[in-house]
Parts: sequence; structure tokens; C-alpha cells
Amino acid sequence: MTSSAKNNNFSDKNILLSHGDGGIKTGELINNLIIKYFGNKILNRLEDSAIINDFHNEKIAYTTDSFVVKPVFFPGGNIGKLCICGTINDLAAAGATPVALSMGLIIEEGFEVKYLEKILESAGEVLKETKTAIITGDTKVVEKNGMDKIFINTSGIGYVKGNTDITPLNIKPGDKIIINGSIAEHGLAVLSSRPEFNFKTNIISDCAPLSSLVNEMIGSSDKVHALRDATRGGIATILIEMSEKSKTRIAIYEDRIPVKKEVRALCEFLGLDPLYIANEGKMVAFVDPADTNKVLDAMKKNKYGKDSCIIGEVTENSTESAVFYNTKIGTKRILDKLYSEQLPRIC
Amino acid sequence: MQNNIIALIEEIKRTANGLSQINIMEVCGTHTMAIGKNGLRQVLPQNINLISGPGCPVCVTSISDIDNIIELAENPCNYIFSFGDMLKIPGSKSSLYKKRSEGANIKVCYSPADAFDFAVKNPQKKIIFIAIGFETTAPLTAALIKKAYETKTNNFFIYNTHKIVPPAIEFLLNSSNKNNISAFLCPGHVCAVTGSRPFDFISKIYGKPAVISGFSAEDILKSILMILKQIKNNKPEVEIQYDWVVKENGNPIAIQYMDNIFDINDAIWRGIGNIKKSGLVLKNKFRNFDAKVSFALKDIKVPEPRLCSCGDILLGVKKPFECRLFGKSCKPDNPVGPCMVSSEGTCSAYFKYEKYKT
Ligand code: SF4
Repeated sequence: MTSSAKNNNFSDKNILLSHGDGGIKTGELINNLIIKYFGNKILNRLEDSAIINDFHNEKIAYTTDSFVVKPVFFPGGNIGKLCICGTINDLAAAGATPVALSMGLIIEEGFEVKYLEKILESAGEVLKETKTAIITGDTKVVEKNGMDKIFINTSGIGYVKGNTDITPLNIKPGDKIIINGSIAEHGLAVLSSRPEFNFKTNIISDCAPLSSLVNEMIGSSDKVHALRDATRGGIATILIEMSEKSKTRIAIYEDRIPVKKEVRALCEFLGLDPLYIANEGKMVAFVDPADTNKVLDAMKKNKYGKDSCIIGEVTENSTESAVFYNTKIGTKRILDKLYSEQLPRIC
Repeated sequence: MQNNIIALIEEIKRTANGLSQINIMEVCGTHTMAIGKNGLRQVLPQNINLISGPGCPVCVTSISDIDNIIELAENPCNYIFSFGDMLKIPGSKSSLYKKRSEGANIKVCYSPADAFDFAVKNPQKKIIFIAIGFETTAPLTAALIKKAYETKTNNFFIYNTHKIVPPAIEFLLNSSNKNNISAFLCPGHVCAVTGSRPFDFISKIYGKPAVISGFSAEDILKSILMILKQIKNNKPEVEIQYDWVVKENGNPIAIQYMDNIFDINDAIWRGIGNIKKSGLVLKNKFRNFDAKVSFALKDIKVPEPRLCSCGDILLGVKKPFECRLFGKSCKPDNPVGPCMVSSEGTCSAYFKYEKYKT
């Protein structure tokens, strides 16, 4: 938990957009209001999925996520594909094999059925690919203008095989940090498909279900210490959180982090930092150095892991956790948490 | 590390060797960011000191302007269109970001044309675009005003805070007893519009070197080397390193647009005060599009937050570390002064990128 948990007053009068962007403000909301009323041993770990160790003698993972993406359709996917991938990936990040999902649809009156069908069809394709199923659901319709088009909530359960134990608490100095490909594509694909955004780009979302990839990683080695789905806040935010939870220091290298050319160019133009932009198909893994090659080989054989590579390592245990970013020109700086959503610059 | 960069850094060290302390000021927020992001201060020799000037247009927007814009936003008939960075700037009481959460019509746009299109589609609504920036963005605003005038789009207004860079540099040179600037890294994007000529006075009148620089680590290092060579040879001039974009005469069409729409007037720079002939105002013919005129808004003198050193920081007299509030009560999520708000503000760049050194 972050230090803000200690001060128990929530200072903002109204909810701001930044309370939902996964940065510092979101942390304040969770720690000061949500944990205040619901806090318990499992929830307080604030991991992608909750692990219930002894659920009638089985170890299961349980997670939920809500999807409000705007626009609903974007290059590389739509809210239907996204709402299944997101929940599958949260389960995968706990080392769990996803089994079943629930789906809650909240739809605006007047929303065209052909679009709804397209969304459900895309969701169905991912379910089929991942051999999972929606086994319970709910539908609500809200009057016109009461909301924006369609929101979806999904939850999912999965099982964790016997001795699999994937958590940031297992991260150790020496661990290599691996990612399954290039970053920042989902955030930019969504941004650039907004009508107010007048630039043309070829960037498509990386939205993908990563359960098979994770399964093969864990199958190749029992030394995958921790996994994390690098969504909101990008790889920078999740690495900072991982270093805090594991009380370690991390080093990553500019020249090893894969960023596609058009992504880099658009980021430069808009004054955005790709390290902080959302992904929807990127898993970051902390792996014991002895098994790095085995895991990398397994990843590269999966269709979502062809560009897998090592981007850094855990350097030391430290109560002053930090992520150091080593630039191409040999300098370094500390990566900082996102203070609020990244906004385009002015000139 | 790339070999060409190593060689460049070595040459900078050799050239700087034996020279006394050199203070190079960059007057462009994008340079401030690039210097921080690439950690350039870590590779420069001790006697080269990079200082940041008033290069972020958001940071130098006066509190009175922010308060006026907030007042406009409080009227539910008005629709405010703004670039994102403006939203969080604290006025004397609130910010646009807070007003938006309370229900005001405030939209973030990426291009001023979005605001204009919205005005055309919603003739019964009043649209106010926050026109901000230096010579880089002023031509875009000018083009829109021309269009609004020709199409008689009378529900479109701008809240104009446009400023120009050369008079600010001259002001800095005239206060050089305080900041001791030895040379300037000139803003590449601004010069792409203006050309290098309006900056000639830096070397011709004040005898200081200036280099118009690109934005990569390599560009900035090359520009620093060019400055050092000028100092060593005692031949100050205005050189263009960013020569694949910047020409001596700039972009004549953009300049023409600005000249047709704007007159030059005095302007208040937040933290600094009035700088003569540093602002752009709409020519009389276009005054109806000026929200300040049409909504009868006034400039009210509002005091800066106590203890905030933004003024000294913008002038290059102090570094952010020397402000007592830096990183304590003033942080990006709770900014006291404007330099901490904008992503290109000096304090926020230091907070993000230079902590390693503290
Ligand atoms: S640290 Fe904050 S208070 Fe101090 S000068 Fe910068 S913006 Fe102003």
C-alpha cells in the first residue's frame, strides 16, 4: 500500500478524471475510501487477481474489471474483445488458468444493435480462442444520454496449479525483466481514433489474450517469479509498483525497450512518454537469470510473444525502492509515478 | 552507448577545458524536457551550466488570465476549448480541471480547428478557444480568425494569450546582472516560423552566442559544442543547428498570417511582469472575436502565491531546488506555481528528471 494510506482523509470534493487513470490519484481513492470500508487481507494486496489459497482445497484466482473505452471501436479491437482480454490477462498475471467469466452489459438507449452484435461477436472469438466461457451475466439499459454508448464489466475465475506461486513478493535481485513485445500501442490507437484527433496513424492496439503465452512460460520454468499485465499507466507505472511491493531496485534500458517507429514519432509529436502509455497485450515477467533463456524460447514460440526480449533486471534489495531508466547516451534517471493522465503539449 | 555521442561528449569536454563558467539558457519547454529526459546534465563538464528560461507558454500565462477564463467557464452558455496543459494551472481560486468536474463546459482539443468546427455546427452556443503559445501556434490561431471573419462565424471567440519570444530574450539580456547568461539555445519550433533573423540582436547587439537547436540529445549536444566554439574563438553569432527545418527567413506564409491578423503590444508574463512589445493582440478589425473585449473582462492584478519562486526561475536566477516549496508543498499533483503544472514547466521537469542528483 502506498504511504497515502496512512492519512485517512480524502481531500478532493468531486471525483476527477484522474481518480480513474491508475496513477497517484487512483491510489488515493482506493486507499482512503475503498480500503477504508472493505479492507481485508486479500484485497489489501491490490494485485491483478485475488488468490484464495484454500477454497475448498483448491487454489483459485478471482478478478474483475470494467470497460468504458471511448471510442467503443478502435484499430485492432473493440470493447468486446477488450473486456475479455483484460480479465483473462489479469488472471494470467496471477499464474492462473482462466476458466469462466461473467459479463455485465450496461447499454445506452438507442445504441445500434448491429454494433452490439459486433461487440459480442468479438468477445465470443476471444472466449473460443482461450477456451473459456461466459457462464453468467446481466444486462441493463440506461435512458438516452444517461451514459456513453456501452460499458461492460467482466469478472473471471481461474485455477492455480499446485505449487505455482507468482507474486511480486518473490522478486529477487538478479531477476531478469522480460516483455513480450513493443509498447504503448493500445493507448495511442484509442487516442488516435477519437474524432477530435485529426492525425492519421497506422498504429493498432495490441489487445490480445495472453493466457496461452503465460501457460507456456510457466510450463517452461518454475522460476517465473512474478508477472504483471502492463495496462493503464504503461510499463513505467507497473514497474514502479513491482519495485515497491518487492522492496527492490530495478534498472531498465532505453535501447532494449521495443518501441515501434510510428509510436515513437507520434509520442514525440504529442509530448507523450511511451513508458506511461497503456498496453492491452503486454505481460512483464520477472524471471530467475538461470531460466531466462528457457522462458524466452517458450515465449518466442507463442504468437503473442515473437518479439519477446529482456528489458532490464532487478539490481538490489532496498527499502528505498526505485526504477532507474538508463538512456541510450549512458545517463540515468529515476522513473516517477504518473501524477495525472498525460496530456498533449502545446508547442 | 553510441559512438558518435561519446565522441561528441569528449569534444565538448576538450573545448570547455580552460573556459570559465558558462551559463547556457534554453528558452523552449521542449528543450527543457529533452535535457531532463536524456539526463544531459550528467555528461556535461562542471563549468557548463544549463539554465531554463521562460520557454513554456502555459507557465507564463498570468493568473489574471486564468481567473478570466474560469469566469467564462462558469457561464453555462459558454463552451471553452483548451489544450490539455492549461487545465490544471491554478488561478487565484480554482482551476479549469476542477471547474470541469463541477460541470463546466470545458473541452480538451488537439487542434484549434476543432473549436472552430464546433462553433460552426452549434451556432446557438458561444465557443471560446484559449489561444496560447508563441510564434509556433500563433499562425494557426491567425488562420482561424481569418476564417471566422470571412464566414462571419460570430459565435467563435478566442481568449488570446499569444506571446512572442525575441522581446523576452532581450528582457533577459537586460536583466543579465541577475542571471549571468553567457549564451542561448534558441527554440527550434519557434524559429521554424520566424527564421533566425529576429534573433540576430543576441550576437549583434549583446555580443552573446546563440544556436537554434533541434530536440534530440545529439542535436542539443551539437548545439552546445557550437556555442563553446563561438566562445573559444570569440566570434558570437546566431547559428542554426536545426538547419533541416529552420531557414534564415522562416516560413513567410505563417509570418504573413500573423502580420495580417495581429498587432504587437505589451504583455504580462507570469512571474516576470510586463515585457514591452512581447504580446500579440487582434487588430481592430477582428476585435469582436476577442473574448476579453466581447465579454468585457478586465486584467486584475492578483498576487502570486507566497514563497513561490517561479519569477526567479523563469529569469534563470534560481534553480527549482533553491525554491523552499520544491518537492515539499509543491509537487505535480499539488502545484503551487505554474512552473510545476505544465509538463514542460521547469520545476516539473526537474521534479521528474533530476531527482537522481539530489
Ligand atoms: S517549486 Fe513550485 S512554488 Fe517553487 S518555484 Fe517551482 S512552481 Fe513555484
